[in-house]
Amino acid sequence: MVCKITRGNMNMQRKIDKKPDVDIEVHYHYMKDKTLMRLFILPTLILLIGINVFPLIWSLFLSFADYTAKMSNVWGKNPKMIGVANYTRILSDPDMWDKFITTAKYVIMSVAGEMILGFGLALLLQLEFKGKGLILTLLVLPMTMSPVIVGLMWRLFYNPNWGIFNYLLGLGRIDWISDPSRNLYSIVIADIWMWTPFVMLLSIAGLSAVPKYLYEAAEIDRASWWFKFTRITIPMIYPILMLALIFRLIEAFKIFDLPMGITGRGAMAPPLLAMHLYNVSFVTWNTSYGASIGYIMLIMVIAITLILIKYLNKARQ
Amino acid sequence: MMRKKILFVGLFLLGITLVGGLLFAGGSKEEGAAEKPKAEKQFITIHWAQWAPSDYLQKLSEDFTNETGINVIVEQTPWETFVQKYNTEMIAHSDAWDIIIGDSQDIGNMAVNGHYVELTDWIKKHGVDKRFTPASLRYFCEYPKGAGRYYAIPCEGDGLAWAYRKDLFERADNKADFKAKYGYDLDVPQSWDMLKDIAEFFYHRKGQTDDPSKEFYGVAIYGDNGYDSLAMFAEQVIWVFGGELGDYSNYKVDGLLNSKGAIAGIEYYHELYKFVPPGFGDAFYVKCNDAFTAGIVPMTCNYLAFFPALANKATNPYADVTGYFACPPQKGVDGKIRQFSALGGQGASLVTYSKKKDLALKWMEWFVRDDVQLKWAKLGGYTCDTKVLETQDFLNATPYNPTFKKTMEIFKDWWACPEYDVLLRTFSKDIADYVIGGKGTAKEALDKCTREWTEIFKKAGYYD
Repeated sequence: MVCKITRGNMNMQRKIDKKPDVDIEVHYHYMKDKTLMRLFILPTLILLIGINVFPLIWSLFLSFADYTAKMSNVWGKNPKMIGVANYTRILSDPDMWDKFITTAKYVIMSVAGEMILGFGLALLLQLEFKGKGLILTLLVLPMTMSPVIVGLMWRLFYNPNWGIFNYLLGLGRIDWISDPSRNLYSIVIADIWMWTPFVMLLSIAGLSAVPKYLYEAAEIDRASWWFKFTRITIPMIYPILMLALIFRLIEAFKIFDLPMGITGRGAMAPPLLAMHLYNVSFVTWNTSYGASIGYIMLIMVIAITLILIKYLNKARQ
Repeated sequence: MMRKKILFVGLFLLGITLVGGLLFAGGSKEEGAAEKPKAEKQFITIHWAQWAPSDYLQKLSEDFTNETGINVIVEQTPWETFVQKYNTEMIAHSDAWDIIIGDSQDIGNMAVNGHYVELTDWIKKHGVDKRFTPASLRYFCEYPKGAGRYYAIPCEGDGLAWAYRKDLFERADNKADFKAKYGYDLDVPQSWDMLKDIAEFFYHRKGQTDDPSKEFYGVAIYGDNGYDSLAMFAEQVIWVFGGELGDYSNYKVDGLLNSKGAIAGIEYYHELYKFVPPGFGDAFYVKCNDAFTAGIVPMTCNYLAFFPALANKATNPYADVTGYFACPPQKGVDGKIRQFSALGGQGASLVTYSKKKDLALKWMEWFVRDDVQLKWAKLGGYTCDTKVLETQDFLNATPYNPTFKKTMEIFKDWWACPEYDVLLRTFSKDIADYVIGGKGTAKEALDKCTREWTEIFKKAGYYD
């Protein structure tokens, strides 16, 4: 007779032990590696589903409904399914197109500025000079600050009555904050100031990884500076520049904290998409319409990223 | 075997941490209980905006703590996110606060959604409806208006009023030049028209500042801060020129919001706005007070609750020569003279989700007492208690209290229905485009707003 017992039945085991004719096989219930692994992953998984996945699915559902979080939930009334009405309203609203265009202008100006200045600074920092380390540290500082703090700081700089910006440039009392013809540029300038170091750092990393022997070989062939730059430097750091571009494009597209700090969310603030999304969702509590704007932004960011990743992969190959 | 050991050690450490944490947490509570009397452990939390009256309330509530042993914490949130923060908490049915001193126009939203406890019986039982001004009960506490159902007690009465530089208004050269230009004496504005003349007169006028390098401007008034600053200034000029925001009883907007009177009011705002200092597109109370204390404007419009900073020498070098006046009357497009001020201020409401309703009601009962209201007024709070408002103690307590008393007689409020925030946003955008941005005309802006508001009311079912 074979009696399978578990650890929990040790008393029974002892009793059985007294009988010599009984053949005992003890089995312990250990956790398998996979079970243990799953157990460890479970809390994180629950958190991820609760915080990321569920809101994503719920907001997608809401984007097809008429719903405000401010009022009590009454199924069929709040939320009330309205199909793609939110999306058609967004895409057929001229005010929304104004916001898309303003956001595109902002992204192009700020990212182009950051890429040119960041890469330029990285090239300059390839030169050896006294105090290079200190200058590099100082240049990186803006990037380490909180965007909200940067926004509030630039708001002070831009103050038309006593701000240092107009004073240093001798511009008189120009209003950079609440004048709609200028305040987009004021955010672009602050964004470039803050994020140029990011492109610069990546570019420095890329430039230092270019093998020196390539330049030495080109020098033996008496290649010009321009030839070395266009045929060695650019192709070699192209993937890193693409990476910097992807990161900056995504960030610039959904910019919120910097304009919130500089211009606030008043009627004269530049009509940027993320600011509008905030106003719609949390000021006027049009939750479902806000969700639709959010999804359109998500699709646009994914599309831009996929295109750029395609180029990045090509460059790697 | 190794894995088993690691698992065991891990579980052991987790167990020790949990048990230890519980023991220490319990231990500290016991120690606290031994040191303090039992009553002191009780507390209530009040949520209000971040401004001087909240500090006054915190100070005032110390008396309540001394009387009852119940601590009071006044939690403050910056104005820009104040309403949004408590709305978010209420949507989540949070018991973070026992009392909310919420914005008057939000009372409909809070009442309809059940976030505030109805206090009608309580208010009648404690005679609040008889002891406080009818206007404060109507605008801070009642929803729907005229229904006799209350969701708050009057806490901070407030309204838009004006501060001006008496020294500049009384200077001989200014008086002479003003009379020569406009044909009447420079004095405290007797009408909105006169106020605009004064703003125009002082705009870029030389010799008005202590520092010659500083430019001088005509007036400091609100721009749009993204909440209600522009709407609050705009509504009072709409009313005095004979317009309306709509009919609050039947939600009719067309013909009222875009009437001749309303158009004249918004045109007036646009004209007056030309005399503000640069960068006033997003101006709210801070910018207005800053411009005044910097000595670059002769007058500013602000909520009375922000006037303590103007009467204080430490924050306003011109405090001694600062005078105050209520929003002036104005002859409207129909020839009628009207006088209105945009209501500010808040009522204190009991949160439905509070677990300490009994303590919160105790605080409310204490707060509405006449003696407490008098002390509230002396500290700088704006009482709505009729008796206190009429005492000389109150009128002499600050240089602007007589202005407050007058303002209490002329104030009027924005829409208080749950859709008030959407109305605010659309109105602010449409009107700011014209008043600040200079786009289109007042009629176009108001017609656009009328269409949008009609759509909002229609969607909300008010016309069904």
